[in-house]
Amino acid sequence: MDFVTGLRCRECGRAYPAEALHVCDYCFGPLEVTYDYERIAASVTRERIAAGPRTIWRYADLLPVADAAPVDLGAGFTPLVRADRLAAELGLGELWIKDDTANPTGSFKDRVVSVALTKARQLGFKVAACASTGNLANSVAAHAARAGMESVVLIPSDLEQAKITMTTVYGGRVIAVDGTYDDVNRLCAELTSERPSWAFVNVNVRTYYAEGSKTLAFEVAEQLGWQAPDHVVVPIGSGSQLTKIAKGFEELGRVGLLDEPPSVRISGAQSVGCAPVATAFAEGTDAIRPVKPSTIAKSLAIGNPADGWYALDVIRKSGGSCAAVTDDEVIDGIRLLARTEGIFAETAGGVTIATLAKLAAQGVIRSDERVVAMVTGHGLKTVEALSGTVGPSATIPPTLDAFDQAFSQFDEFDEFDATSAQLTSDDSDQETRSIS
Amino acid sequence: MSISIRVPTQLRTLTGGAGEVSVDGSTVGEALKALDAAHPGFAGRLFDDAGQLRRFVNVFLTDEDVRFLDGLNTPVADGETLSIVPAVAGG
Repeated sequence: MDFVTGLRCRECGRAYPAEALHVCDYCFGPLEVTYDYERIAASVTRERIAAGPRTIWRYADLLPVADAAPVDLGAGFTPLVRADRLAAELGLGELWIKDDTANPTGSFKDRVVSVALTKARQLGFKVAACASTGNLANSVAAHAARAGMESVVLIPSDLEQAKITMTTVYGGRVIAVDGTYDDVNRLCAELTSERPSWAFVNVNVRTYYAEGSKTLAFEVAEQLGWQAPDHVVVPIGSGSQLTKIAKGFEELGRVGLLDEPPSVRISGAQSVGCAPVATAFAEGTDAIRPVKPSTIAKSLAIGNPADGWYALDVIRKSGGSCAAVTDDEVIDGIRLLARTEGIFAETAGGVTIATLAKLAAQGVIRSDERVVAMVTGHGLKTVEALSGTVGPSATIPPTLDAFDQAFSQFDEFDEFDATSAQLTSDDSDQETRSIS
Repeated sequence: MSISIRVPTQLRTLTGGAGEVSVDGSTVGEALKALDAAHPGFAGRLFDDAGQLRRFVNVFLTDEDVRFLDGLNTPVADGETLSIVPAVAGG
């Protein structure tokens, strides 16, 4: 049983039933799921959550749909990794990485799609559709396959090859559109009116879909021992994830799952080539001016972000910041995270880490804060971004001489070679003793 | 000059269910005013108190968001299509 009381327009407050509706009929404002928090508070406990599955569905009481058998590939409950080596490089104190590369299709989108398609199936939809920059396409195609639903996925034709392959392999219909993501999104928004029997996860069931991102906040708090962090850094595409992370922390406080009321600064990360929210933040204005994106961070290349205004509002009210980083900084961010923590992020993760570094250098993110950075997609999806940047240190014939010659150029191993020589001699001593 | 306007589900109660209607006008603003004259109620839904497009209303001339053109003053030619699209989608 869910605890949903209905939908409500964020702009004008008009109420709607919990159906496949995403915007207010009157003012076109976004609809938000409303809950009976008193009943949730009476039901939910830390123990009840801990006894649940190791997926987003352990938080079902706080999700907009309840189902004994949700559309589920195992999204969520991804590692929260203490990142001391990265923190040391950035001059930070307690830093954590929420590693959402570990989701079934390699991005946080599995959280929102699992929720959206579970609700869509309950509402009677047989076809799952979406407009996607790639990660959502992967996830919708996979979850639709899992649920036995048909899928129709629309993507910009210039997407990374891995994202196209990872979508098409599941057998649904994939339509590549010659245009930007915003063009694809506009087409899907129009198609929703013409194909009302299709569940467009980020259009007509977007209200439910977006709620899935709250689980990032739920997990972070649970994994920190039911404490909210001081500061989180979140990449901004549409801005939906950032606003829902804020909502997630707020709800945990409201239903009594945290010892102390949450006070989380939320900072946004964008790339310079698509920075409508960071620009508005820097200019101190409320108006988000749409842009034509040009960035390697294609999963964030949304020039006209649906929730941009709300993301800006959350950032400002929380005392956070918003910054944009260049494509070169994105690459550096990907490599820095990989080199220090062993996590390979896609370009959006590079945006997050580069923004984290920038805000740390500016003193906006402080060393006395407990910081969480959201790394939301796997690096294998965007390997093109690194081509020409990383590669083998040497290519050699299979001989010891060639290996030694190549390695003589790498001085970082010298100290270990000395140590291993020592180990070898110790080993031979022991061997000698055991023989005698 | 005949301009085609595509209307989303949310506003089809104003057009008797039609998803596309024709109006006259030489700019985006004129065409939308003509739409309101033919099907009363559109103005209140599309425009804020200052007469500007509401924050969550997108209008496209063919494939281009009129905010990238000249907004409501953007000229429209005979036979062109305007699309009214809810802005909240995607991501």
